Amino acid sequence: MISKYKNKLNSQKIMYAVCLAALPGCLTTIWFFGYGVIINLFSAILFAMLFEALILRVRNKSITATLKDGSAAVTGVLLGLSLPPLIPVWMVCVACFFAIVFAKQLYGGVGQNLFNPAMVGYVILLISFPLAMSTWPAPRGLVESPMEFVALLGIKLSMVNMPDGFTMATPLDIVRHRQGLTINEVWQTANGFGSVSGKGWEWINFAYLAGGSFLVFLGICRWQVIAAMLATLGVLAAAFYDGGSSLSTGSPMMHWFGGATMLCAFFIMTDPVTAPDTTRGLIIFGVGTGMLIFIIRVWGAYPEGVAFAILLMNMTTPLLNRLTQPEAANPKDQANL
Amino acid sequence: MTSKQIIQDGLWSNNPALVQLLGLCPLLAVSNTVATSLGLGLATVMVLGASNCLVALIRNQVDEATRLPLFILIIAGFVTCVDLAMQAWSFELHQRISLFIALIVTNCTLLGRAESFASKNPVIYSLLDGLMMGTGFLLVLLAMGFCRELLGHGTLFSQMDLLFGDTAKNWTIQFTTDGQGFLLAVLPPGAFMLMGLFLALKNIVDERLLVSARARDIQRVRIDLRTP
Repeated sequence: MISKYKNKLNSQKIMYAVCLAALPGCLTTIWFFGYGVIINLFSAILFAMLFEALILRVRNKSITATLKDGSAAVTGVLLGLSLPPLIPVWMVCVACFFAIVFAKQLYGGVGQNLFNPAMVGYVILLISFPLAMSTWPAPRGLVESPMEFVALLGIKLSMVNMPDGFTMATPLDIVRHRQGLTINEVWQTANGFGSVSGKGWEWINFAYLAGGSFLVFLGICRWQVIAAMLATLGVLAAAFYDGGSSLSTGSPMMHWFGGATMLCAFFIMTDPVTAPDTTRGLIIFGVGTGMLIFIIRVWGAYPEGVAFAILLMNMTTPLLNRLTQPEAANPKDQANL
Repeated sequence: MTSKQIIQDGLWSNNPALVQLLGLCPLLAVSNTVATSLGLGLATVMVLGASNCLVALIRNQVDEATRLPLFILIIAGFVTCVDLAMQAWSFELHQRISLFIALIVTNCTLLGRAESFASKNPVIYSLLDGLMMGTGFLLVLLAMGFCRELLGHGTLFSQMDLLFGDTAKNWTIQFTTDGQGFLLAVLPPGAFMLMGLFLALKNIVDERLLVSARARDIQRVRIDLRTP
């Protein structure tokens, strides 16, 4: 796996390109969910780099060379974008600690980790603090006045409790617990639905799609894995759509443009370290991720399953790499088998 | 084999949980709180001490072919005694950890000590070995229970009354106001992570001890060389 990082400058450039491509989605998220996202982003990047520097010092490795490649910063960016905007800063710190120290450096550092560090940090917060992790503010346009910055700062530093009227269930959550309503009825009665999925969420997903397409265009991420995941998710959603009845699991468009689908497809699944190397492996990886996202969203205990789906598929990566290796390309491995 | 060495082996250098990595199933499953850790730990100490003692007593009468079934029978007998005693004296705690009390029989530490130590050594040493191995296990259980209860529930010594009666009801130390903690610590993955951290910590301490011991040896050699 280290071979992907043989060129340090190259990997550094890739990391910058990823950050640049995430910018549209980033700005859209900030527009809809407020300053909390900015605080999350900056604190996550800061803590991620801090923990990276600390553990590199403990391991007696060069700090500057590793920090410069930007992988810790990208982990911070992904965490900052996926965490709910109102969670306290100390929780961001906990997520960064587990992401960098446990998921990345204890497995050997850059290029050696089995699991996507950002997703490990996210999942550890999700199972440890379910309440804080499921509290999302209502997107712009649904509350009378946006939260004041000072009040927000109080919440982020956990000095004041969450005021009422600023938070609401996420659209995926509402659709899941709609108690026998048809899809159309939910769209009409519940607040917060736009043209295809949640208000705000559809634009955020669209922005990730646009920014991510730039990465595909540059050839930085492979389109096969993205296409396989989105196709699987779409096919499953279409199969269980049921014409929008009271048992419907939501339209394909809702699944594509709801929750963290596009962020996952273009920025998390495409991590070169934790996804397979071969094209066939990538397609299997994408199909599996799409299936797991749909299964967890519809039948699992959590309304959003992206992080769990990624971690579960990360476990299959070494096996997929082995099974899908072209036979002639790697005679030594074949002999060992 | 001196008694000092037996004590050191059981508590540190051959600790059943940290070095032999035996009995991990109850160790990880029961160490949610200090009270349950202490309950299971004490039960293990008692069974281990008693079974080692009895195995050492009959060690010369047992023939090679039947020794293992016999040891297991002895261990199972003592586990049943402890199980019944717990039902009689601390029924509520027993309800919580009854499965793992019964599973002490399958804790490899017990059969391991009977086979590798008690069947070859006199009664007094075997008793000491059993008690020390048990205490080593108990201490790791307690440390895990301490960390996991503190992180996961934000309390310490809660429900100690299950073990010590009504006087222990106000021993609970509450650290958080809302009773919400870092849930990962009480879940199985948190137990595994904590266990890994304990192993790492022990290795670090051992390494430091080794380095300082070497430095001391060198010092001693120098002094020896100087004095004629």
